[in-house]
Amino acid sequence: MFNQDNVIAGLEIGTSKICVVVGELGLEGALNIIGVGQARARGVRKGEIINPGQVEEDLRTALFEAEQMANLEIRSVFLGVTGSHIRGFNNRGVHPVLSADREITTDDVEDVVKNAKAVNLPADHTVIHAVRQHFFVDGQDGITNPEGMLGARLEVDMHVIHGHANRMQNAIRLVRGTSLEVDEVVFTGTAASLALLTNEQKELGALVIDLGGGTTEYVVYAGGVIRHSGVLAVGGDHVSNDLAYGLKVPLSRAEKLKLEYGSALPVAAAKGQTVSLTNELGLELKRINVEHLQRIMSLRLEEIFQLIAQDLEQAGLTDYLRAGVFLCGGGSRTPGIVELAENVFQMNVAPGHASAISGLTTALDQPEFAAAIGLVKFGSLKLRKRAAQPSFPRRLLDTGIRTAFGRFFTQHN
Amino acid sequence: MNEAQTSLISAETLRPRFRLFGVGNAGIALLDALATPEFASAELAAINTDATGLAATSAPVKILLENKLLRGLGSGGDPERTRALAEEQFATLRDACAGAEVVFILAGLGGGTGSGIAPVLARAAREAGALVLAFVTLPFGYEGDRREQQARQSLEQLKPAADGVICLPGQKAVRLIDENTGLLDTFRVTNGFLIEALRGVWQLLTRPGLIQVHFSDLCSLLRDRHVENAFACVEASGAGRSREVMERLLNHPLLDEGRALAESDAVLVSLTAGKDLTMAEVNRVMEQMKRQCGQAQIIMGAAVDPAIKDKLFVTVIAARQNPAPTAQALRLESRPGTGTSGTGTAAVREPAAARPVRNRPAKSKLVQSQLPLSVVSKGRFDQSEPTLHRGEDLDVPTYLRRGIPLN
Repeated sequence: MFNQDNVIAGLEIGTSKICVVVGELGLEGALNIIGVGQARARGVRKGEIINPGQVEEDLRTALFEAEQMANLEIRSVFLGVTGSHIRGFNNRGVHPVLSADREITTDDVEDVVKNAKAVNLPADHTVIHAVRQHFFVDGQDGITNPEGMLGARLEVDMHVIHGHANRMQNAIRLVRGTSLEVDEVVFTGTAASLALLTNEQKELGALVIDLGGGTTEYVVYAGGVIRHSGVLAVGGDHVSNDLAYGLKVPLSRAEKLKLEYGSALPVAAAKGQTVSLTNELGLELKRINVEHLQRIMSLRLEEIFQLIAQDLEQAGLTDYLRAGVFLCGGGSRTPGIVELAENVFQMNVAPGHASAISGLTTALDQPEFAAAIGLVKFGSLKLRKRAAQPSFPRRLLDTGIRTAFGRFFTQHN
Repeated sequence: MNEAQTSLISAETLRPRFRLFGVGNAGIALLDALATPEFASAELAAINTDATGLAATSAPVKILLENKLLRGLGSGGDPERTRALAEEQFATLRDACAGAEVVFILAGLGGGTGSGIAPVLARAAREAGALVLAFVTLPFGYEGDRREQQARQSLEQLKPAADGVICLPGQKAVRLIDENTGLLDTFRVTNGFLIEALRGVWQLLTRPGLIQVHFSDLCSLLRDRHVENAFACVEASGAGRSREVMERLLNHPLLDEGRALAESDAVLVSLTAGKDLTMAEVNRVMEQMKRQCGQAQIIMGAAVDPAIKDKLFVTVIAARQNPAPTAQALRLESRPGTGTSGTGTAAVREPAAARPVRNRPAKSKLVQSQLPLSVVSKGRFDQSEPTLHRGEDLDVPTYLRRGIPLN
């Protein structure tokens, strides 16, 4: 309660819900989820804030709930961002090693990474993540740490995820407005993959698809590193909207129908089956054909998977996914979604579970929380890194307790 | 014309004669800023339509263009008038350029004098047998649409008339300057950018080089390409100067953080340093440039100036292929009365002019917009940004886009 240094909060402002997850980093470095809070989001479309006032209200509700459950006060959060503006791509940086003895120094490594980051982004975009994949020394592939090696030419492959600076700033400002600090901004796709995948799966190659309310994020890991990432601004909202249009019912009713009768693959039993909608007096208003409902839904979800599959095909990554596809997000609760994805991708598909994290099982089992849990995990990785480097001044030096904590960590890690 | 050509050949071993013309008030201000010992070997000349503006300059040669219409009181911001005036006094301008091998034209486009006279002067200089390089500024945003338009028009005329045009939009420079900077300082800073570029080119051409760049190299780079604001001059000193120089270059606002380099298809790089310039440094800078520029043709020069100590200057000019380089040229030539003997020279200088070109000026990038014909309401997504993927609007229900009937 008093020492909050090992407390990490993740905040995801999603299209359908705002969710806060609080985690505690144990002394052995194990992450324990101690609090979850969520609220229905109203002012968000396609992952981006359109009504800051409403979002702030909902954010406070979610925060309050999480703080109550964890019995502490959240001071700072790792903020998840998404939206159609976010893009990921791979870039290679080259740096000639110029020292006389051809030994690669820390400076050389920093330079090559800087070169790889100096990409031609659109003027108004900023880099969210730049992840090192592999180094090459004189063309030799697969080197993870070239420092101290000998070579004339150092190259690095980086995966760079970038987004529109102003649009991301909207979310950051809103969070700051509620007197919370933003530790770091994280792409929700990356966060979800952190929560779902084990190291072996990352090594084997896996695709994580987060089927959210307004957006669908996907991230590909292969050989232990991020190889590809992307966002489709299509999600559960689109399914509801399609149903509202196709079945000619109001959106709220379509939403309910989706949850009640929805299926990602048309079920044989639904053929010819109808559901009657009644008003509050029990009078029949309308008959809905369940087969149509499922067909509309199936086509939309199939399309989402197809677009992702096309993108991976183009990136040449289809053959690298030996661990298969992992689904999370609210959309992954749809009955039949696993079968549909298997049909499209022609490989193993599994609903993802947050792994290597202990704590509230209710939270861990829900696919909607994957991204927020991933944010906490991301935070814990950062915190561990900070603790391992006592020179990092910001957090560790402002109180004596924290310094002691930092020292403790360096000794025991 | 022929005389000038032969003298050029015989004078090849000598230093070419440079003449700098400042046209209009802005041009003269630039010219005055250049009246330093560094440019002592150049002949400075000021051209204006306004006698008072001309009186203030320190340039040794002053040319006042006037007729009964203007009465030496300036152009009144109308480039058509000054253009007519310059055409009228074409012989004067040509005489003024006679004997020079290289003519630099400095002007601020947008006003009356600079916009009207600069293109004519460029043509006159060419007729006198000189190579022409123009350094111009475009107006600031607050100066209004009319000046902007006049500047653009003039720039279009200047491009085919000169061998190379390097221009700096004022608005772009304004963004680089602190808001609270005084107006005078703002002008000084924007002019400073242009002068930096001019100085870079100047050093390139006049300093004895380890690796010499000739003016013809520069012209071949700029011809049919021209440069809009993709130039930069940076300097650094100390041990890691070559590394630092590249960093500054890639962060240079005029190069759009290095984007301009990647998009260019011809780049000129000039390094100037003291006697301590090493091959490794040249190598390091060029290696980086090559990587940044991709497919671009790179012309490099390196010069040593014993007066510089410990500093490394790098000037970069990145040129991009003009999509319709000669459409304007053709138009200009076909205009009656303007192209006398000048058209012949222009045709020889610009072999591209012989290519068949569309007569319409190239339009800016076409954008496919959506016609408001669709009857499908997007419901929840009516107000939000459409999700477009390969031309499809993904907000429209999939079954509708695929034409799957529900019965």
